[in-house]
Amino acid sequence: MQKVDLIEGFRNPEHIKALAELIKKEATHKINIMEVCGGHTHTIMKFGLPQILPQTIEFVHGPGCPVCIMPKERINHAIELAKMPNTILATLGDMIRVPGSQTSLQKLRAEGKDIRSLYTPLDVIKIAKENPEKNVIFFAIGFETTTPMTAVLLDTVIKEGIKNIYFHINHVTVPEAVDTIMGDGDAKIDAFLGPSHVSVITGYKIYEPIVEKYNTPVVVAGFEPTDVMESILRIVRQFNTGEKRFVDNEYARAVSREGNIKAQELINKYMKKREHFRWRGIGDIPKSALKLKDEYAAYDAEVKFKQVLPTQELDDHKACICGSILKGLAKPYDCKVFGKACTPSAPMGSCMVSSEGACSAYFKYGKLTAKGA
Amino acid sequence: MSKKILLSHGGGGEETQSLIKDLFFKHFENDILLKMEDAAALTMNTKRIVFTTDSFTVSPLFFNGGNIGKLAIAGTVNDLVMMGAKPKYLTCSFMIEEGFLFSELETIVMTMRDEMAKSGVLIVAGDTKVVPKGGVDGLFINTSGVGEIMVEGISAHNLKPNHSILVSNEVGNHGACILARREDIELETELKTDCASLWKPVEALIEAGVKVVAYRDATRGGLSAVLNEWAETSNVCLEVDEDKIPVAPEVKGICEMLGFEPYEFANEGTMVLCVEEGEEQKALDILHKFEETKKASFIGKVNDKYENRVILNTPWGSSRFLEPPKGELLPRIC
Repeated sequence: MQKVDLIEGFRNPEHIKALAELIKKEATHKINIMEVCGGHTHTIMKFGLPQILPQTIEFVHGPGCPVCIMPKERINHAIELAKMPNTILATLGDMIRVPGSQTSLQKLRAEGKDIRSLYTPLDVIKIAKENPEKNVIFFAIGFETTTPMTAVLLDTVIKEGIKNIYFHINHVTVPEAVDTIMGDGDAKIDAFLGPSHVSVITGYKIYEPIVEKYNTPVVVAGFEPTDVMESILRIVRQFNTGEKRFVDNEYARAVSREGNIKAQELINKYMKKREHFRWRGIGDIPKSALKLKDEYAAYDAEVKFKQVLPTQELDDHKACICGSILKGLAKPYDCKVFGKACTPSAPMGSCMVSSEGACSAYFKYGKLTAKGA
Repeated sequence: MSKKILLSHGGGGEETQSLIKDLFFKHFENDILLKMEDAAALTMNTKRIVFTTDSFTVSPLFFNGGNIGKLAIAGTVNDLVMMGAKPKYLTCSFMIEEGFLFSELETIVMTMRDEMAKSGVLIVAGDTKVVPKGGVDGLFINTSGVGEIMVEGISAHNLKPNHSILVSNEVGNHGACILARREDIELETELKTDCASLWKPVEALIEAGVKVVAYRDATRGGLSAVLNEWAETSNVCLEVDEDKIPVAPEVKGICEMLGFEPYEFANEGTMVLCVEEGEEQKALDILHKFEETKKASFIGKVNDKYENRVILNTPWGSSRFLEPPKGELLPRIC
């Protein structure tokens, strides 16, 4: 097989500098760009892109981190499920670090509960087969990117007749969140960087209604620094040409208009929209999340273990300004508790809880200023 | 049926004696060990010695390019070497889970023998415990070591502005290799641990009189942990250039896929060096002669722009702080 370079070419210093020069020259008016996805926030901060961009380009860090937007009551669900006897709770990534109202999955694991952090949802099959006497509950999280893997897992469970796997579904969807942020009128957002991996699954057609409704460009961008820089240039040029706004696709090496149809079909086979889902820091967004269809209720942990799941809704501390950060009305540094009472090891608000959150990225990569500033 | 380690092998009786003689003495043989006294009587050639200990637990026990035995020797040898000392003697304790395969234990012991030959260090005392199933995960090893200080004044407290920072090899290979093995990530190319004893290259630096301020092997926490510890202990700023830090393409790939930083991955045979200004090329010329340090690179300078911070410069003119690693390494989600 021929080797394909997917990293170095997209970090070519000469290309990045050349793009920065073009943006400096062409971005004559202020543009607030929301990067919807936490992966982009990470790229922007890790590669220090604001330092090489002109003052006219301002980033607004969006709600696209699946761990950050999980309300505390859903984390409490995971905790109560993990406390049940004969249970293994499995989930992805840094979900296990995030505190609910009392404790986190990580702390519970240290107390002896069986909690697994997975690299891929399909590992649940192996865990269930090795532990036939236990119930394995998959606490499924993520945007459209990870949803197909959950659907594949359920598909496999049904086909293989595995009886000890249950699903607690927390999959959320991008367009409704963007619509909510734009819909209340305060948000200061002129354009969007569209998510990379989400769009691989959904196709870029899902952003067409947003452009139509709010007359804001959306440019689907890859995660590498040249991707982000090129996409910013494309946004600038959409404004400068003065024509009708449109969805542009910079990440054409992976994203099509229609997306991964097979993955979409699999999701639609097993899941449907929830009427309501509360997002941490934002509040209720109708039809912004998925659940298992009624005919698969036998696999639904929210049905099967309903009696142990708390129902109380829990908000973040009053001092937390995550809602304003997510709407582009404030920056992490504007928050009084940032880096003081709220840190990645003891997060108070949604933007600090995961490495993909805006506050966490600011905390980790910091702001380089002159000495003594 | 293949031979297994039984609880009786740790009981102190006949089986214990046969395990010691047929396995440990056979491979670790030297005059001091074979005296079988309660403690080893040692002769040292210097007044000042260095002394260290480390325990080794790794899952899986065998990985690409090494096993727990190689780690247990190289790890302790390197801790001595990083103080500018010649490694001399080790002690070694095995904590073995009942039912462990004798053949696997012998493979590990033979690897330890071969790794010791690279620096001339000897195991002069040891201990074996066998614990019931579930008591340990297969095998834990502890090694302690003493060495003779060959050059005084090597310390992480002595970094000053204008000193230079070098790294001896690609960073992150061991961490990425273990992660790939543990999580069944299949790679098309062979990624090997960097595990190696560093006495030979350091001996050559000492013999050539290269003015080295500090050495540190970048084990857990990786390059990032060492740079941050140095910045803090010497109260200085370390400024390094991302494009000069050698990282294997496979390691970069794994990091991109899972959202990790190669600078936070563990190494087992890669050191960071601080040398006086003007000594960079002399050090590199020597390091490049040895297989285990042939990818050595001059990555940055010490300055006083900040206190206790590490700055990472990108090749396109931006920079960021390189934070010390925190918490568990958890993969990104999407």
